[in-house]
Amino acid sequence: MSEKITINIDNQTLQVDPDKNLLEEVLSAGMDLPYFCWHPSMDSVGSCRQCAITEYADEDDDKGRLVMACMTAPRDGARYSLKSAADFRAEIIESMMISHPHDCAVCEEGGECHLQDMTLMSGHVYRRYDGTKVTHRNQNLGPFIGHEMNRCITCYRCVRFYRDYAGGTDLGAQAMHHHVYFGRPDDGPLESEFSGNLVEVCPTGVFTDKVFSQHYSRKWDLQTSPSICAGCSMGCNINPGERYGTLRRVVNRYNDEVNGYFICDRGRFGSGYVNDDDIRIRESMTRMATDADPVLATRSEALLNLQGMNEAIGIGSPRASMEANFALLQKVGKENFYAGIGEHEFAILQQILDIYQTTPAHIASLKDVENSDAVIILGEDLTNTAARMALALRQSVRHRSFEKAAEQKIPLWHDAAVRKLAMDEKSPLYILSPHATRLDDVSTKTHHCSPDQAARIAAAIANSLDNEAPVASDLSETEQALVSQIADSLGAAKQPLVIAGSNSMSLALVQSAANLAKALSKQNPQTQLALVGSEANSLGLMLLLEGRDQYLQQAFQRGVSSAIVLENDLYRRTSADAVDHFLSSLKQLAVIDHIKTRTGEQAHLVCASATFAESSGTFVNYEGRAQHFYATFKPVDSIIPATRWLAPDLSLAELTKGCCEEIEQCERMSKLTPGHDYHYAGLLAPRQQFRYSGRTAMRANLNVHEPKQEQDPDGIMAFSMEGVSPLKEASVFNTPWAPGWNSNQSVFKFQDEVGGHLKQGSVGERLLGHSTQTGHGNYLTLDFSCQTNWVPLYQLFGSEELSARSKAIQARATSAYVSLNPQDAKKKGLSDSPGIQVQGNGVVPMLLRDSMPTGLVGISVGLEGLNIHDLPANVTLAPAEDWQPDTHWQPDNIIVSDRQREEG
Amino acid sequence: MDVYTATRRTYNHGLWLTPKNELTTMDKALTKNIDEARGPLDYQGYVAAGGYTSVAKAMSMQPRDMMALIKEAGLGGRGGAGFNTGLKWSFIPEPDGGPRYLVVNADEMEPGTFKDRLLMEQDPHLLIEGVITSAWALQATTAYIFLRGEYTDAEALLLKAIDEAYANGMLGQSVNGSDYSLDLYLHTSAGRYICGEETALINALEGQRANPRAKPPFPQVSGLWGRPTLVNNVETICNVPSIVLNGAEWFKQQGLGEEAGSKMFGVSGRVNSPGCWELPMGTTFRTLLEDYAGGMQDGYSLKAFLPGGGSTDFLPPEHLDLPMSYSEVGKVGSRLGTALIMVLDDKTCPIGCIHNLIKFFAHESCGWCTPCRDGLPWVEHMLWEIECGRGKREYLDILKEMTGYMGPGKTFCALAPGAMAPLGSGLKLFMEEFEQHIEEQCCPYQHQRMQKTA
Repeated sequence: MSEKITINIDNQTLQVDPDKNLLEEVLSAGMDLPYFCWHPSMDSVGSCRQCAITEYADEDDDKGRLVMACMTAPRDGARYSLKSAADFRAEIIESMMISHPHDCAVCEEGGECHLQDMTLMSGHVYRRYDGTKVTHRNQNLGPFIGHEMNRCITCYRCVRFYRDYAGGTDLGAQAMHHHVYFGRPDDGPLESEFSGNLVEVCPTGVFTDKVFSQHYSRKWDLQTSPSICAGCSMGCNINPGERYGTLRRVVNRYNDEVNGYFICDRGRFGSGYVNDDDIRIRESMTRMATDADPVLATRSEALLNLQGMNEAIGIGSPRASMEANFALLQKVGKENFYAGIGEHEFAILQQILDIYQTTPAHIASLKDVENSDAVIILGEDLTNTAARMALALRQSVRHRSFEKAAEQKIPLWHDAAVRKLAMDEKSPLYILSPHATRLDDVSTKTHHCSPDQAARIAAAIANSLDNEAPVASDLSETEQALVSQIADSLGAAKQPLVIAGSNSMSLALVQSAANLAKALSKQNPQTQLALVGSEANSLGLMLLLEGRDQYLQQAFQRGVSSAIVLENDLYRRTSADAVDHFLSSLKQLAVIDHIKTRTGEQAHLVCASATFAESSGTFVNYEGRAQHFYATFKPVDSIIPATRWLAPDLSLAELTKGCCEEIEQCERMSKLTPGHDYHYAGLLAPRQQFRYSGRTAMRANLNVHEPKQEQDPDGIMAFSMEGVSPLKEASVFNTPWAPGWNSNQSVFKFQDEVGGHLKQGSVGERLLGHSTQTGHGNYLTLDFSCQTNWVPLYQLFGSEELSARSKAIQARATSAYVSLNPQDAKKKGLSDSPGIQVQGNGVVPMLLRDSMPTGLVGISVGLEGLNIHDLPANVTLAPAEDWQPDTHWQPDNIIVSDRQREEG
Repeated sequence: MDVYTATRRTYNHGLWLTPKNELTTMDKALTKNIDEARGPLDYQGYVAAGGYTSVAKAMSMQPRDMMALIKEAGLGGRGGAGFNTGLKWSFIPEPDGGPRYLVVNADEMEPGTFKDRLLMEQDPHLLIEGVITSAWALQATTAYIFLRGEYTDAEALLLKAIDEAYANGMLGQSVNGSDYSLDLYLHTSAGRYICGEETALINALEGQRANPRAKPPFPQVSGLWGRPTLVNNVETICNVPSIVLNGAEWFKQQGLGEEAGSKMFGVSGRVNSPGCWELPMGTTFRTLLEDYAGGMQDGYSLKAFLPGGGSTDFLPPEHLDLPMSYSEVGKVGSRLGTALIMVLDDKTCPIGCIHNLIKFFAHESCGWCTPCRDGLPWVEHMLWEIECGRGKREYLDILKEMTGYMGPGKTFCALAPGAMAPLGSGLKLFMEEFEQHIEEQCCPYQHQRMQKTA
């Protein structure tokens, strides 16, 4: 960062950063200056002209000249005025509004509308334009996003986010002059996995959350809390909103080190299951035998039953919180606590944890990913397994353009110029994947090979960087050429990054990634390593096991008669036969869960637990970052959080504390929350806004008596509008709101500078990467013992258990399928068969993909119709001639670039 | 005022270049080969007439020396801004081995302007010769002619001429037998006014939306595909060969006053013989209008004129004796622009005229920045209401406010300030008419016409 310079704005002296633009610096200084086209993550293009200010040439200049703050670098000693350009700004908003409808009262954006805020701030009240308005036809943009183009003020933010930032291609600016239209070429679902961010990026109500619209509530009527997305291992910070006992929506919550301003569509639209009675368990129940009908049980009955299970083993879950898992661990004892993960995934996760504890590389946060200037992805299909990281990588490849801009002295905030100067030149991004991926459009090279082969290539790269690293074999000539190309790119980078993860199901690949990061670290201490998991708390669960090899198959072999399963469907973890065998051997099976599962259907005791939106706790994300989430609302009385089922007498804070004290690696979790006795001026932090309406009357149709305010025994937040607003000293950052700033744009008021850290609120605690063993240890020997002829295929919409049960996600998902290279299909005589019989599994359709290497079969993961855990290592496929596709088979929902389309 | 018909008519009747009396000793560097009855010269004819001799001469000079020559000659940009071409060229960085581009702006869409069309249709090889010599000075690797889509005749002629130049070794791997290689492509635009703005043109050439880019960075540094690029008007480039051959001093002498060279001037509107002529810089409006365009038609008198296309300020008749140069016209509050003047007669409603222009500009706004995109339709609406007899008093205040709101420095590019120029000057010159429209709730011109026919 350059040295600060001094400027004067309306007689106020400011110290500003000359590398930033004036708009950022004015906002960072806490002043109000309206804007539209600028966005802290997307920088300046100067189109809306709303942030105009006056710049004076020197002390004698009393006229000045109009400049756009977002397009102007501050000049040392210069004088500016916001006030003297106020008339121009009022004219801008007035002409911008000439065709804007008077529909605030029925617009979903009303009350959190940046346009409303800016209109008021710019002083435009009465519309002088008296002509007819331009009207547009709206499009059906699919199940996620509503479209109301008449509200558009043409700020171009939507297309700048969708195309420039997120790499989408099917939304664009069309037509010219006063008729500019933002839409798709035709009606149809927006293809980008990040389309939901349009809702927050659009300053008004053009793009709205269609799921939210179906059970809408004003922002100020939503009860909200700081939360963490449970959709994958990224740990994106979210802000769910509730009204009348149902979860209405999920929006992004700013955390500069993790998700910044954006989340993916799985996170935003994937929590519909919380409200769905067909999916939720809302009452506890007992069942005499596995095939008997269930009988409803009261909470106390169920609690008593559960407490009676003293001899039980416990099976934890990567989708349950640290506290819930810890409570189970405490209840059954360390030696009886099992991870609830199959052997193979367990081995990979354990390896990841071991690597993190010894690697000399820095464990990359999403911010670090974005800041890396040369990247290699080993095997992970990030857009489908860790979407937010894919979005971060789309920014990382821009480093080349930043370098070129710096050479030409073009300021980095000058977005259009920076992008144009570099054109298609990008920083290196190499992808080794069994198939084409959604990041191929920004990759330097995507090499298609099996995960094991990718491990060999990575090993060869490591070896060429450091000859102490193990020698790799079995590489083709093209692969050897690729090795030296990648080694050169990574070796020359300021901050190289290696990405792999558990989703590729290859232990050798994760080990090879670690070796490569180690080899790079020897040359460059800035080397980053990211090993992604699959679920919200995969890594946290592994931490709790402290190296004990207690995976699911081990539990099965214990020969016990009683087990407690925490928020886990064992049928998603290992082969159905093994689970059936285990469950039938049990005399007592208790399942604590919030959704109905195949495992739960066979339980003798089912305890209704709370979802992420109804309970508090801690998740540990892929990088070992512990983050606390607070319950958004209180569910019906029959539902209690898993922690309460397992430890009825302990508060959440006591469990968190216990976890910190008992588990070596979890020490830092204690810093996440201020503790259960937190108060500020005798008050808690409010979940409701000042303007929350109908608090005393909202249930008057049921009972005219004012209900007692719900109590939260677990937290520092109250189910109330009373308390200390996050503008003051509350340590939990909830929904951003500031005077004059009702939209999410108000978040800058809570940052130390625009786009910087939140002044209060937690970015989480990194539990790993503080090891003193750093840099020691030898290179890992690659373990190729697990050989398969198939590779997993993931779908952002469908592969994850919870979100897949949300209706909006289902509308974008499909049932299971297999993928083959067209040549292989022909050779095996499968080309013309409507269905494919998968050995030991179901009959599913086939998707021919040109990029699949011959000899490999792609198998969809987590989709209805196939269980990958039932597959043999070498699966055989057979034609199934009489198979008929059903409505769940939606091939158009699989967005891949290499699909072989049917001819004709 | 039907400009298109007027130009068509003169073109068909071969009246382009037949002034009443030739008054200068100027060399007619731009139009010397033009004989409309004969049609454009082919390659051999052009070479026989002394064409392509500037190529060898240019390539005997160092590129930077040639830039200095053009700068010294004082060739003002003929697209309308009049900026010194050599100076503009000099901002291009030294070659770094990568591609560099020269783009000819042939997107002639300024209302009332048809000079580049004449040059391209009547002497396409002159433009190509200019491209080659200019490209040498810039060390461009590729050149483009960005042609207005409606110019289909020019397209066919240019394509033929480019083929001939390639066939005769003037373009391609070895220009005129040298090591220098240059490719020239003709790009036919889908056609928008904004494509005449050089950065919007570059975007359009790339296949992007034709939105202008913010400057800096200037195209010389980051232009087409992010590479060094110069964009010059057709007429500017056509001047280069003769400067190379005859030198800077000669070029300066071609002008009558301080500004150098000859220039294409023209007239449209109710004059006796509308057309386009090559005249020395600094010729007066009166000479052009009376000696060349034959004065106003019978029954019409001059009310005002737009000196250089639809985006310049109206000048009243008292400025007729002003020399036509960028600086002189600038001094009286307008711009020389393209130097093709549009005549407003006393029988045509000035509000209708301004409305027509604003309607054009509102339609041609690229839609990028707010004042232009949303301000021009509002202005257009008010002018139409006034013209139709539904004007409100407060419109006049809003219109005045709008001329400031969309003035220079407020918008992303120069389209809106140019569009507002006829209105801004019209509000000063024709305020009585504006007020009369509103007071009488009708257009007095149409009212008179209706009374006459009744």
